[in-house]
Amino acid sequence: MTIEWFVVLSALLFATGAIGILIRRSPLVILLCLELMLNAGNLALVAFSRMVGNEEGQVFAVIVMVVAACEVVVGLGLIVAIFRRRLPLNVDDLRELRG
Amino acid sequence: MEEALFFLSALGALGGAVGVIAMRNPFYSVLALIVHLFSLASLFLLLTSAFVAAAQVVVYAGAVMVLYVFVVAYVGGGGESAWEPIPGQRFLAPLLGIALFVELSVAVLSSSLLALGTDRPDVKAGFGDPAAIGTLLLEKFLLPFEASSLLLLLAAVGAIVLAGRRREAA
Repeated sequence: MTIEWFVVLSALLFATGAIGILIRRSPLVILLCLELMLNAGNLALVAFSRMVGNEEGQVFAVIVMVVAACEVVVGLGLIVAIFRRRLPLNVDDLRELRG
Repeated sequence: MEEALFFLSALGALGGAVGVIAMRNPFYSVLALIVHLFSLASLFLLLTSAFVAAAQVVVYAGAVMVLYVFVVAYVGGGGESAWEPIPGQRFLAPLLGIALFVELSVAVLSSSLLALGTDRPDVKAGFGDPAAIGTLLLEKFLLPFEASSLLLLLAAVGAIVLAGRRREAA
């Protein structure tokens, strides 16, 4: 398998995540689609690291994983806070930045 | 053998990704994302990066997904309204996504990275194992490592502040 296959697969997964963000309304599913896009980026990073032959890209991928975990924690905290205030869990209804 | 494993994992990753965006119930979306993450971990193994694959399974498919499952169980999977603020959004979005994929592929494949078309080069025996990654993290990338640990702490505190039960002050 050449590196091209991995990179094209990563582009395909990134586009899938982007489509999900465009068509879904629930903030939970939008967070999941963000995960898809971050993981597609990780796949490209690891593939390029394998192509070049050193592990620095993999360290980058691990750091991206850490950042993704932080993003998930804060995002889920926001969703729980929205739910507690009895606001609709729909990104089209949550357009106003008003408390 | 390797080709079969690649296409199997790619199919799993793509199927999981499509499942995430196609499932009506968020709980099934989370389960589809777990399939996606496991397939991605096997792709990482094909790229001889054992540590990243292990971290993917332990951190993502283990810890983060448990968090998702708890929040979905707490919030509950409500159905989404069919109302579209932008007319034709459900029809336009896949077209734009396909355009993005074609654009990304053209950008990468027509670049001057000559090694893209070659098979994966031979690497030394310990490539991508925990020892190599750990040495890099603690020697060359010590500052990003510490910064990410600070970021994790901040995120944990922030989540507690956001989601914690606060006393009604006013």
